[in-house]
Amino acid sequence: MTIWIFSVLVMVALMLLAMIRLFKGPTSADRVVALDAINTLVVAAMIVLGVVFKQIIFIDVAIIYALLSFVGTLYISKYLGGEL
Amino acid sequence: MILNVLIWAALLIGLFFNALGVIGILRFPDVYTRLHADTKATTFGSIFTSLAVMLYGVSQFFSTTDGQYAALVFHTIIAVIVLAVTNATGAHAIARAAHKRGHGPNPSVVDRLKETSK
Repeated sequence: MTIWIFSVLVMVALMLLAMIRLFKGPTSADRVVALDAINTLVVAAMIVLGVVFKQIIFIDVAIIYALLSFVGTLYISKYLGGEL
Repeated sequence: MILNVLIWAALLIGLFFNALGVIGILRFPDVYTRLHADTKATTFGSIFTSLAVMLYGVSQFFSTTDGQYAALVFHTIIAVIVLAVTNATGAHAIARAAHKRGHGPNPSVVDRLKETSK
């Protein structure tokens, strides 16, 4: 069981590392890339958390989070491309 | 017992590739190389950590024959499919938006898309 908690902690540390690029990124497209990486890591960590807490609802939440973050990424991309 | 080893291996491979993706974001020089490192490595790593969850669900299902572990496996498969489709499409949209906004590839000198689109 400890390996699951360990991998969740590693993914949280990776999210914090990606947040460096989110704050520092020279252009706004860099920030969107970092946000996309954080979203993917949140989905992966939430699937593993479903095993840690033995709750299947966490994985359903991960599916919905993936779809909604995809909509957010598309919306920001349309705005950056000047097509909105 | 062999499934336990496979679960460990899948989790460690997934964490390794996730770490490679984040290091790529921090180290690469411009938007397109960062996007390249991030999207491919994090998608691959997340698929492998989800594969570890699926293997755990299969092993628990065969040892306890509890229906909720089958539900765990199926829901994880759906999550992996959603993740793979949305990551690829989102990366394409980000690269297109960055090019339309005028961020060229920074250290390289040839940009064929800009030459053909004007």
